[in-house]
Amino acid sequence: MAEGLLVIGAGPAGLAAALAASDAGMAVTLVDAQPEPGGQIWRGQWSGEARGAARAIFADLRRSAVTLRLERRVIAAPKPGCISVCGPSGPEQLPYDRLVLATGARERFLPFPGWTLPGVLGAGGLQALVKDGLDVRGRRVVVGGSGPLLLAVAAHLRAKGAHVLAVAEQAPRHALWGLAPELLRRPRLLTQGLGFLGLPLRHDAWVTRAEGDAQLRRIHFRTPSGTQVVEADLLAVGFGLISNLELPMLLGCACEGGRVTIDAAQRTSLPHVFAAGEPTGVGGVEKALAEGRVAGLMAAGREAEAARFAPEAERGRAWARALETAFAQRPELRELPEPSTILCRCEDVPVGEVQSLERGRDARLHARCGMGRCQGRTCGPAAEFLFGWAPGGPRLPLVPTTFADLVGGLSDPEQP
Amino acid sequence: MIPDVLIIGGGVVGAACALDLAEAGCRVHLLEAEGLGGGATAAAMGHLVALDGSPAELDLCRLGVERWKALAPRLGTALEFDPCGTLWVARDDEELALVRPRCEAYQVAGISAEMIDARHLHEVESCLAPHLAGGMRVPGDAVIYPPAGARLLSEAAHRAGARIETGTPVATLEPGGVRLMDGTRIAAGAVVLAAGSASREFLRHLPLVKRKGHLAITDRHPGFLRHQLVELGYLKSAHGSDADSVAFNLQPRPNGQLLLGSSRQFGDDSPELRPALLRRMIHRALDYVPGLAELNVIRCWTGFRPTTPDHRPLIGPMPGRPGLFLACGHEGLGITTAPATAALLTAQILGRSLPLDPAPFLPSRFSELAHA
Ligand SMILES: Cc1cc2nc3c(=O)[nH]c(=O)nc-3n(C[C@H](O)[C@H](O)[C@H](O)COP(=O)(O)OP(=O)(O)OC[C@H]3O[C@@H](n4cnc5c(N)ncnc54)[C@H](O)[C@@H]3O)c2cc1C
Ligand SMILES: Cc1cc2nc3c(=O)[nH]c(=O)nc-3n(C[C@H](O)[C@H](O)[C@H](O)COP(=O)(O)OP(=O)(O)OC[C@H]3O[C@@H](n4cnc5c(N)ncnc54)[C@H](O)[C@@H]3O)c2cc1C
Repeated sequence: MAEGLLVIGAGPAGLAAALAASDAGMAVTLVDAQPEPGGQIWRGQWSGEARGAARAIFADLRRSAVTLRLERRVIAAPKPGCISVCGPSGPEQLPYDRLVLATGARERFLPFPGWTLPGVLGAGGLQALVKDGLDVRGRRVVVGGSGPLLLAVAAHLRAKGAHVLAVAEQAPRHALWGLAPELLRRPRLLTQGLGFLGLPLRHDAWVTRAEGDAQLRRIHFRTPSGTQVVEADLLAVGFGLISNLELPMLLGCACEGGRVTIDAAQRTSLPHVFAAGEPTGVGGVEKALAEGRVAGLMAAGREAEAARFAPEAERGRAWARALETAFAQRPELRELPEPSTILCRCEDVPVGEVQSLERGRDARLHARCGMGRCQGRTCGPAAEFLFGWAPGGPRLPLVPTTFADLVGGLSDPEQP
Repeated sequence: MIPDVLIIGGGVVGAACALDLAEAGCRVHLLEAEGLGGGATAAAMGHLVALDGSPAELDLCRLGVERWKALAPRLGTALEFDPCGTLWVARDDEELALVRPRCEAYQVAGISAEMIDARHLHEVESCLAPHLAGGMRVPGDAVIYPPAGARLLSEAAHRAGARIETGTPVATLEPGGVRLMDGTRIAAGAVVLAAGSASREFLRHLPLVKRKGHLAITDRHPGFLRHQLVELGYLKSAHGSDADSVAFNLQPRPNGQLLLGSSRQFGDDSPELRPALLRRMIHRALDYVPGLAELNVIRCWTGFRPTTPDHRPLIGPMPGRPGLFLACGHEGLGITTAPATAALLTAQILGRSLPLDPAPFLPSRFSELAHA
């Protein structure tokens, strides 16, 4: 008997879940906001050349009975068992018996003077632009922030002809030693590490200021041996990734510590709703694939089979926790913004306008911080780090949606 | 003798009372459980509207709008005071027929109002649907940003000597004062209960229920709309049946955003959005302003109007509880009427001459309170 599984997010976790459940005989619908499956990591490889794990997975997907619903963004969850999406042909309601949330992660931004200048981009954002064809040959680039993504981005930029002047990793070198035992269990990561050889990596180093009038010109960064100033064309900066929890929270899944709460079988606190990949902790593609497979098999009722893969998924979560500890933001980063530094880009709210307020809600209501188009997706995590304010709950629509589409997305198919 | 006054609640009503009482010479101490203006005040449209559900209501609204107008320059630009006026819209000739007597009633109350026929409707607001029959313009109405209203009134009260304490929930009323959650007792000559819907937590028999409303806000479209638009059927929704209802209500925010209201619902105390009602509300709006269809909504939310059985607020002394005064139950008009409430209550507490007839608002009009 084929029951309906809906998978939100077509990155590695969502793809693994969709394929596992489809193989087990479920009717699977896979939704993603992007025009192609692959998520952040396999961006461009569906229509272009697929490499490594993506090759086999994309081949399986092409052969599978999975229904792809691409270029569709979730706008609402109008009732249990139904998700509303909006795409090029307007709003649609997608009913489900089982749901897998594989909504991925986004970059964390922390404000410092000059972070909103043209030429300053997210590390992952710049990488995506380059994958989409941006020419960086001969451009002078500094990569800064924290986390494993920095080196991967720097290596990619270097391969595309950019001059990588520095990779400023805020985490201290000794903190990374904590990762050694896990790394030894992951030879693939070590070989990948070879690709990073020769990059100008500085530990205990962070960008303190970006300068320029209309465009980035100079970057100040602090290193253990003092402040350095370099002339640069681009600054790619990101302080690790944060899980996309808006949809899980809108549905009412229990979340804690920035992650969806799950059990060993990827079950969330809601019946028939599973989570896999970055929403359960940022741990990269192998964790995502393992968790996705477990979630897909569980959704299909193949509990025994799922249990075989569960230990690998759990190892992935251990790795995610180790990464989080190793790359924890240092407290000095709280000192970076000046009163005039923008915190909320949508509404142009400077740090000085909110720093004396008691609660995040006051900042929303009295300074419009987080009230704009992105609804605090960027400034919320920054304010949480700077001031300890818990982010507000997501409200419908999850992304800006026209009234016409919202009406369509909210209509009840049973009572037209 | 001028008493020390303790105010429970830093919504728009408590804040307005704090300012008037402080300026009248009282030692004022306002206690707010969380942040200023974070209750119903944070959810409200902020339409300062002369509404004529009854002559008493119109009277209170008129004084409220008048006083906001005088306060606005003092409170500063963060209030976002915008004298945009209200355009009441008639769907059909039947509704339009009601406009003339209504205009006359407004004029009698000293509020300017003019009839707009179908031909001129689109000159006044080009976004309105062609099938509409006309309307009534009330140019004196305005819009503010309510949470800022509560904060700015509190700050003005503070400058006039009031003590404003946030993050300080009051636990219970006691004879001659209150007790805080942490056990501290604070004595006062007079206590003003301005805790909005939560006022019932202090006095179980207050005839107060929550009436839920939905709102939706768009991104910025400067120039799309000039007046606050309200359908003429609004009064029916506001004062009418107990069933769930929606009425078209669209507001231009000073930054070009459009704020769409509103729904009315009894018996639903959960802050969750109800998709079916939201959909009805949007459908209704598209009937009046078809061009809304293509504008982006960035957020929807809900709020609760503190509502009494006769839809009028409770303003004045609490029978049987010397020193206790009520300022709550303002339903969907608390932003408009907060400064009028403050003027009335200050006069009541200090025994000065009253700015309007207090009888329609006295708590003692309800038998369950009169015999308490
Ligand atoms: C005139 C005006 C203009 C506004 N403009 C904007 C704007 O441009 N952009 C914008 O984003 N907001 C805007 N707001 C809305 C405002 O920021 C809040 O959204 C509003 O105060 C309602 O709160 P909320 O329910 O959305 O959520 P919050 O402000 O986050 O808080 C509501 C409370 O309800 C609780 N709650 C728990 N569960 C739920 C649930 N399922 N649903 C709802 N609440 C829940 C929350 O925890 C919280 O304590 C505006 C408000 C006004 C008055
Ligand atoms: C959707 C919607 C739209 C509206 N639109 C309009 C409009 O356009 N125009 C208009 O005039 N009105 C409007 N209203 C009505 C208006 O919002 C209310 O009438 C008004 O905000 C009531 O103010 P308040 O100060 O009595 O209550 P609140 O704003 O709720 O303030 C009460 C305060 O008391 C505090 N409190 C509670 N318990 C305690 C305690 N134990 N100790 C200390 N403090 C406590 C709360 O934290 C809160 O801040 C609207 C309402 C809604 C829901």
